[in-house]
Order: sequence, then C-alpha cells, then structure tokens
Amino acid sequence: MELLIYGLINSISLVLMSIGFALAYGVSRVPNFAHGALYILSGYLTWIFLNRLQMPYVLAIIMSLLVAACIGAMLYRSILIRVRGMPISEIIASFGVGVAILELLRWFGLRGTTYMLPPFAKGMVYIGGVPVDLQRLIIVGAGIAVVALLWFFTHYTKIGLALRAIAQNERAAMVLGINADLVATISVALGSALAGLAAVLLLPLGNITVQTGYEVLIFAIAVSVCGGLGSWGGAVVASFLIGLAQITTVTYIASHYHLVVAMLTIILILILKPSGLFGRQKELEERV
Amino acid sequence: MQERRRERLDRGVKVRSDTIYAVSSAKEILFLVGPGLALVTVLLILPLILPPYWQKVLTIAGVYALLAVSFGFLANFVGLVNLGGAMFVGVGGYISGVLNSTLGLPPLLTIPIASVTGALLCTLLLLPCLPLRGVYFAVVSFIYPLATVMIISATGVWGGTDGIAGLNVLPNVWVNQYVIILVVLACMFALTRLVNHADIGLVFRGVKDNELAIRASALNVTWYKAQAVFISAAMGCFGGAYLTHLYGWVGMSLFAMDFSILPLAATVVGGTSTIYGPLVGAFLLVPISESLRSFGTLRIVFYSVVMVFCVVFWTEGIMNYLRRRYEQFERWVRV
Amino acid sequence: MSAKLILEVRHVSKSFGGIKAINDVSFNLRQGQILGVIGPNGSGKTTLNNLITGFIKKDAGQIIFKGLDISKWPAYKIADAGLARTFQIMRPYPTLPVYKNLVPPLYSPRARRTARGKLGDRGAVAIDILEEVGFERDARVPYKLAGTLPLGYLKRLELCRCLALRPELIVCDEIFSGLSMSEIASMIPLMERLQDEGITLIMVEHRIKELFKLANKVLVLNFGEKIAEGDSSDIFNDEKVKRAYFGGETTYVFK
Repeated sequence: MELLIYGLINSISLVLMSIGFALAYGVSRVPNFAHGALYILSGYLTWIFLNRLQMPYVLAIIMSLLVAACIGAMLYRSILIRVRGMPISEIIASFGVGVAILELLRWFGLRGTTYMLPPFAKGMVYIGGVPVDLQRLIIVGAGIAVVALLWFFTHYTKIGLALRAIAQNERAAMVLGINADLVATISVALGSALAGLAAVLLLPLGNITVQTGYEVLIFAIAVSVCGGLGSWGGAVVASFLIGLAQITTVTYIASHYHLVVAMLTIILILILKPSGLFGRQKELEERV
Repeated sequence: MQERRRERLDRGVKVRSDTIYAVSSAKEILFLVGPGLALVTVLLILPLILPPYWQKVLTIAGVYALLAVSFGFLANFVGLVNLGGAMFVGVGGYISGVLNSTLGLPPLLTIPIASVTGALLCTLLLLPCLPLRGVYFAVVSFIYPLATVMIISATGVWGGTDGIAGLNVLPNVWVNQYVIILVVLACMFALTRLVNHADIGLVFRGVKDNELAIRASALNVTWYKAQAVFISAAMGCFGGAYLTHLYGWVGMSLFAMDFSILPLAATVVGGTSTIYGPLVGAFLLVPISESLRSFGTLRIVFYSVVMVFCVVFWTEGIMNYLRRRYEQFERWVRV
Repeated sequence: MSAKLILEVRHVSKSFGGIKAINDVSFNLRQGQILGVIGPNGSGKTTLNNLITGFIKKDAGQIIFKGLDISKWPAYKIADAGLARTFQIMRPYPTLPVYKNLVPPLYSPRARRTARGKLGDRGAVAIDILEEVGFERDARVPYKLAGTLPLGYLKRLELCRCLALRPELIVCDEIFSGLSMSEIASMIPLMERLQDEGITLIMVEHRIKELFKLANKVLVLNFGEKIAEGDSSDIFNDEKVKRAYFGGETTYVFK
C-alpha cells in the first residue's frame, strides 16, 4: 500500500518535472535543455518574491511562472530561433544557457539550506494507514489537473489544436496559416511555465539547490526519451513506469539507486524499442 | 548607389582545383605545411618557456584538448554528439587507479591498459544507444556519467565518495607535459589522416551524412559507429588515466560535467569540420578559464556564454575563420 | 523459363497507421529477368522496394532471396547477400570527388569477398566502375566534386554504388525519373548490358514506355495490392489495369 501511494506520488512528480520539456519538444521539436535551469530559477524567484519583496505566496508563484514563461519565450526568440532545424546546435545553445543560469545562481550564493519554500499546507492524513503529508496530496492533485488541462487544451482550444497541427506536419500547418514560430514560442513559454509550476509544487519538499536543476533536467530527458521524444502522452506513461520502478528500488534495495534505476530503465526501453514507448521515429528518413 | 561585394581569391598555391594542389616550389610547400609545423613547434617549445604554474595549466589544457579532439571527431566526422565525455575520463581514471592500488602496476602499464580496456568497456556500455540518432544519442549519453557517479556513491566501491588516494604519480613535470603533448599531437595526426585519407574515414563520414547509403552499401552502421566510439573513448580514457597519475588520486570528480562541457565548448569555439579546431579551442579556453579561477563557478558561466554565442552567431569558429583568411585574399569590388 | 528463382515474395503486407501501404503482395523473379513495377502515385511501389531491401520492417509475409529467408534481416545484411538498391533521392558526399563516393561500398565485406583479394587501391577500382557505366565520355568527371554533378550522372553514380558490391539483384527506385529523353535513351543500353551480365533487375518506374521496352515481366500495383502481373502485352490488354491506372481507354499512350 505504501509502495503504491508513494509510487503514485513519485510518478506524478516525474510527470510534473518532465511535461514541460516533453511538450516543447513534442510540439515544436525544441529540445529545451535549459529546462532544469528554469525549474530552479522559478523556485528561486518565488523565494525572492516571497521573502525579499514580501509578496503573498500566490502572487509570488504567479509572478515567477510569468517570468519563467517570458524567459522561455525570450530564449526561443533570441537564440533558439536562429539555430532551428539543427538539433545539435539547439541542444548546445539551450544547454549552454541552462548551465549559465544555474552556475550564475550558484555564484550568487544559491547553496546550503537557506533557500526553502514553505509548503502550501501543513499536516498529515492517513490513507489506508499510510501517513501522507498534504503537500504531496496537492502535488498529486495538481499533477492530475495539469495533465487533464493540457489534454483539454490541446484537443479543444484553437491554440492547442494549432500546437498539435504543427507537431504533426509543420509544412501543412504553415500552409493553413498557422504561424510556426509563434506557436513554437508559445510552446516553449508554456513548457517553461510548466517547469516553474513543477518547481513551486515540488521544491517545498526540499531545498532549492543548483544540483536539483541538473537532476530535474536528467529526469525530464529520461522520461521524455522513454516515452518517445515528442509524445507527451508517452511521457506520462513513462513517468509512471520509472516512478514505480524507483520507489520499488528505494523500498526494497536502497534509496541511492533511484537515478540508477531511471538510467537502466531508459537503456532497457531503448534496446527494446529505439524510438521510445510511443515515439514515432521514422524507420526510414528519406528527405526530399 | 554604388554596390559592392566581397571578392575572395585563393592564394599561396598557383595551380589548384577544389581539392587537388599542384605544388611547384618550396615556397608553396611551406605555405601548405607551415601552419601545421608552427602549431607543432609551439606546442613542443611551450613547456620549456612557461613558468611553473602555467606548465601545470598546460598539462590540463592538453587533457582537455585530447577530450575536445575526441569529441570533435565523433561529432563532426561520425555524427555522434556525445555529451557524456566525462564517462570516458572517469572509466579510464578508475581503471588505472584500481589497477595501481590493488595490483601495484606502475603508471607505465596502467595508462595503456586503462586506455584500451576502458575504451572497450565504454563502447560496450554505449552499444545499446548506438542505433539512436541525433538528439536521442546526445540525450542518453549525457546521462551516463551522472548515473555512474550515483552508482559509485551509492555502493561505495573504489573508495566511494572519497576516491582512492596515494597512487603513483608520474616522475616529473617534464614527463607530465611531454607525454600529454606528444599524445595529443599523435592523436591529431592519426585522426586527420584517418578522416581525410583512409577509406574507413569515408565510411565514418557516410555514417554521418548519409546513413541510408551506407546501409545500402552492405555496411553495418552500428559496427562502424562502435569502432568510432572506441577510438574516441580510447582518447578519453587515456586522458582520465593520465589525470589519475598526475594527481595520484582518483575520485568521482573525474565524472564531473566539466569534462563533458568544456570539450564541447572548445569544439564549438575552435570550429567544426576540422580535427585541429577543437584542439585550438581547448588551448584557448582552458587558460582563460584558468585565469578566471578566482571567480569560482563564474568561469563555467563564461564558457557557456562563449559557447552559446559561437553556436548561434559565429558558427564558423576560430579555425575555419583563420583558415579562410590564410588561404584567401578578400577585397571589395564594385558591382 | 529455365533460370532459377532468385527472389520470391510471399504475401507481404505493411501498413502505416491505418493505411495498408502494401497488402498481400506476392511474386516470383527468375535470375536475369527485369521486373518492372508500375502503379499510380501512392500505390506502394517505393514501400515495396523498401520492404524487399529491408529498409522497412514488414508486418507479415516472407521474402526469399536465393533460397534464404531474408524477411527478418537488417538492410546491410540483405545488401551483403547481393541484393542492392538505389535511392530515389541521392545524397552523395558533395565535397568529395566522385570516385571517392564509391569507397564505402568497396570497403564493405561483400566487395572484399567478391574481389577475392584483388581489390587493390579502392580509388582505382572506383574509377573502373565509373567508366563502365558511362562516365567514360568525359575522363574528368570522376574527379569532379560530387556536389557539382548533374542529375543524370548522379543517377549513374547511384547505380555505380550498387555495382561496387557486385550484386546479383538490383532494385532501382525510379532511376529514369527526372532525366531527359536522351539521357534515358543512353541509360537503356546500360540496363540491357547489366541484364546480359546476369544481374537481375527490379525497376520501379513512372516512365512506362521505356520500362515496357526493357522489362520481361511487369507488376502493377494499385492501393498496395497487386492487380496484374505478366509480360508487357498482357498488361496492355488487362482491363483492371486500364481502369485503375490509365483511367479507361488509353492505349494511345503507347503508340
């Protein structure tokens, strides 16, 4: 029972961490390697808004999400747009920006245990005899809400449909009058805001450290690759797979192995299915 | 309005077509081999004239240059962008460290053994990822060193987080410098010949540019990728083993992200499409980053920014730029 | 027909998503024959090629090449067995001389095997092969950069890449498309010579007129299904083919 509940919580945390990355890649093929940096940055900004500027918690969160979205959009508009279509340059550029942000934060003194976000709600509840604190319940609720909203957004709203259209066939979508660059900007901004959201939800469980930024990036990549790059539905499934596998190892073997298990899961999945669980990497790429 | 455009004229060798030179005088030979000779001479003389602190920097720069050349070879000539270069360094370092501490083998033996067996091990570990292309491979290779660090710190093998100290060190500062410089030069020449003249170099380039044609030519793409990874990994493992015996210590920091990022930055800055671009990039970036050491992690920020700038705005890189200036006149002509 | 069977395709199917690109196609091919594959756009011709040469995995069916079941083999192994192919879209090494483009296939285990140690310098062998297929008219062409070649030469280069493997069967994917009439006219004797040398050919084409001159046997595909198979005159008179492909009464096309 404990395994199941904590597995669920862990899986949903993974969903939250990775869904922004998966979305940006899935829609506009932008591998946003600054994802982890944006995650930490929004957490840090929330902390600043909260403690230095004495804002109310909700306002601080909204502000930092907006800033994250703006940074994502700027990152795309000013840098990534110039290297579109060259995947390796896209990776190097966004990764460089991410590392720059993280190491700059480290230089500003983001280390130790000073930087903590308060949980939304204190307290415990017992589910089937297992103690679960409220913050984790909120995470589960928020995770489900995010996935549901995203599904709704991409299936029923105009922008969402445009996002999906671009993801499926960029050229055809452009012929239909969808502005590919605008849509890509929106998707990267949305992805960054989702990274920020994940940060404010998950960071109250621990400290804000630079190392977490790298770890989040790794988890986001791991989950997205396993789910099949470009399919955020696949990312959700992969999150559950990896999340449950991790909790199982933590319970039965040792807690240090959670990243190792993530890694092994990736390798295993890739050996069995090179394009990921739901990916559609073409068997034959014959470009005209 | 007066319109102008830039005109480029080849210089140096009178008779040449796209790739073929007809050399007719000693001067023209000098023109062709001059830059290479200058590079070799500078690298061989540097250890003699540098002050002690910078001699140390030179050895580190040599290691990074080796890594950068190995990264550039894989990325530019085989099409595998390996963001986990630290994996090679770490594996090489640990193999030589463990051999030295448990069996007591001297560095003279452990370094070559570590280079070869480490490369073999890394190739085997990366084998499942080799069918992956482009982004997929980059992403997965990035995770390898990080996961290895986690395994080491979780299991506590080979000294766990403390590493293994008290290993044999290389005899003296001269050996330190010349070993790495000679190895770098040897690797560079071997790789340049490989990618430009050897038949297998053409196969590697085919793997990068036109994988379909290679498969249709009855060549097993994964097998050739594995060979290329082995070559690259051998260089990386040598770097790791060398570092181990330079410090007399091996630890988890050999898997640190520095070893993955700086070669990448050096390749981008130095210029892609040549073997020596990454080398030049590394010998430029490492001293700069070393002189920024007092700023702590700000130097990582520095080279990330340089890297992003080069990738986005100056894709040509230093070497391609210099080569163009060296081989061609540029002048403005009226149209 | 006494020549032995070289290729048997048995009930091969492949679907992309919900669309059946190839549905239960079977045919046999004897050594030294030229098989023409025709069909309207999107009828699955290229997919059939890719299935035979292993570039796409099939959903069902078997492919037997020289008595070996190659259904599950990867593409390079099929090529190694002697079943080569050309690509519709050629991507040579643009910055290398033409002859160097043939070095990778000559490097392959098959080329080494078939040369029995007489390979020598691969560049020289490459130039021999190039001259065999019509680069001889201008001796400088093999040394030009591949990126500067006109389409006609690129198609020949693609064929050379196959010949470097000394294959027994070549699958040509629209090797005539985009060429001028005179270029096609110069390609036809080449194809005939290959046939004389005992190489079996599968030619996927849109240029029906030229194809019918060459082919011993024609296979017609429509919507992924085989609708007719036979020699050229049978295909002319086949009602199904006329309906599906030529839209009713169009025999004048061939006059």
